[in-house]
Amino acid sequence: MNDLWDGLVQAGWLVITLDPELVEITLRSLQVTLTALVIACFIAFPVAALLSVRRFRLRRLVIAVLNALMGLPPVVVGLIVYVLLSRSGPFGVLGLLFTPTAMIIAQVIIIVPLIASIAHQSLRDLWAQYHDLLISMNATQGQRIRALLWDARRALLTAALAGFGRAIGEVGAIMIVGGNIDNATRVLTTAIALETGRGDFALALGLGFVLIGLAVAVNLAIHRLGRTEVEGRW
Amino acid sequence: MTLLPLNVRGAVTRRRGKILAGPIDVRLEGMGITIVIGPNGSGKTSLLRMLHGIARLSEGGIEWACPMDEARKRQAFVFQRPVVLHRSVLANVAFPLRLRGVARGVARERAMAWVRRVGLDEMADRPGTDLSGGESQKLAIARALVIEPDLVFLDEPCASLDGSAIREIEALLLEAAASGTRIVMSTHDMGQARRLADEIWFLHRGRLHESGPAANFLTDPQTPSARAFLNGDIVE
Repeated sequence: MNDLWDGLVQAGWLVITLDPELVEITLRSLQVTLTALVIACFIAFPVAALLSVRRFRLRRLVIAVLNALMGLPPVVVGLIVYVLLSRSGPFGVLGLLFTPTAMIIAQVIIIVPLIASIAHQSLRDLWAQYHDLLISMNATQGQRIRALLWDARRALLTAALAGFGRAIGEVGAIMIVGGNIDNATRVLTTAIALETGRGDFALALGLGFVLIGLAVAVNLAIHRLGRTEVEGRW
Repeated sequence: MTLLPLNVRGAVTRRRGKILAGPIDVRLEGMGITIVIGPNGSGKTSLLRMLHGIARLSEGGIEWACPMDEARKRQAFVFQRPVVLHRSVLANVAFPLRLRGVARGVARERAMAWVRRVGLDEMADRPGTDLSGGESQKLAIARALVIEPDLVFLDEPCASLDGSAIREIEALLLEAAASGTRIVMSTHDMGQARRLADEIWFLHRGRLHESGPAANFLTDPQTPSARAFLNGDIVE
């Protein structure tokens, strides 16, 4: 209990004094995760819409694989990205290992299946409603996809938030590909792992509370922006 | 180039090997309102969907007076259960115009005129999904008519509606027909058929048993099944 209390006090102190190191790693956490989230959404949403609108032979298989990949173990993703980006790997020349870019790549891989699966669920239901009407109106494939994505925007927001949640709290992959280097690739989760290993539970807990607060704040901000609770049901 | 006459020869639509409607031979031309009647399961919906092109034509031919893709653009369909897009009432009505590449401002203006005509102007900015059954159907009709189609199919648009909603929808349809839109509409309400029909198609077990001017059909049906149906007997 004492540790928890110390952690809370520590968290409050870090926040109040705007501890420069805390600010830095918090901003890096946000930068990495939000960048990964935006990229992942640009990939996952069209994929989800295409899977809803188009009938092709391997559709069911693709959906099943996407669903399975929702539970992709981050450590394994980290390992694979590490191997690909390491000096001797195929993308070694790019020199991306142990940079925030590598962390973003790993996070994108982790959250794309999650976002695409959740988005697909709601887009599929909406497509079932719209199917006859859009066909009757001769909407092109692109128009169908755009109509679905626009009209399901609230559900897509939920999918994006799920992706954000998974990415911001993720430690296994970014630890491996980022390396937790001070001033370069250290983020909240890797810092927590480090401080826990060092035995500085109060600081680790403090960082943990900051992380939770950050996740809640981002969710609230996005809901406010999307006016989810204010108007309509979609 | 005109859309009509429409020539249908031996048209059949099947699903999983089962014939839903057909074979049907019919010609659609002229002006006015054609009412499709027949007992439940007689293939009214399937016939309309097949003619409109949203149900697969398994056999036979459907020939418009203009090329197919042109023909598809000149017609609209109103479903029995109205499909309401998850956007505002105004955006729902503007949607088909936007699909056709009409600029946003123009589309909204033209849509608003129709929203007013169907009496939904107070709801224009509300979510379409907030509308009641009758209002949703009026929305669907406005959305069908906003593109000024030559031909509109309506699949039992007044099913599960009553009273004033039916009267308003019938008034809209009569008005549209008077201004030159050809209407093909199914119903199981004989009263509605009497009020609206210029021409009647009587369907039974997927086949067109009788078709002709409404006055003739209603006073002097030629087939036993049509006579039984008009008498209010249960026709299976």
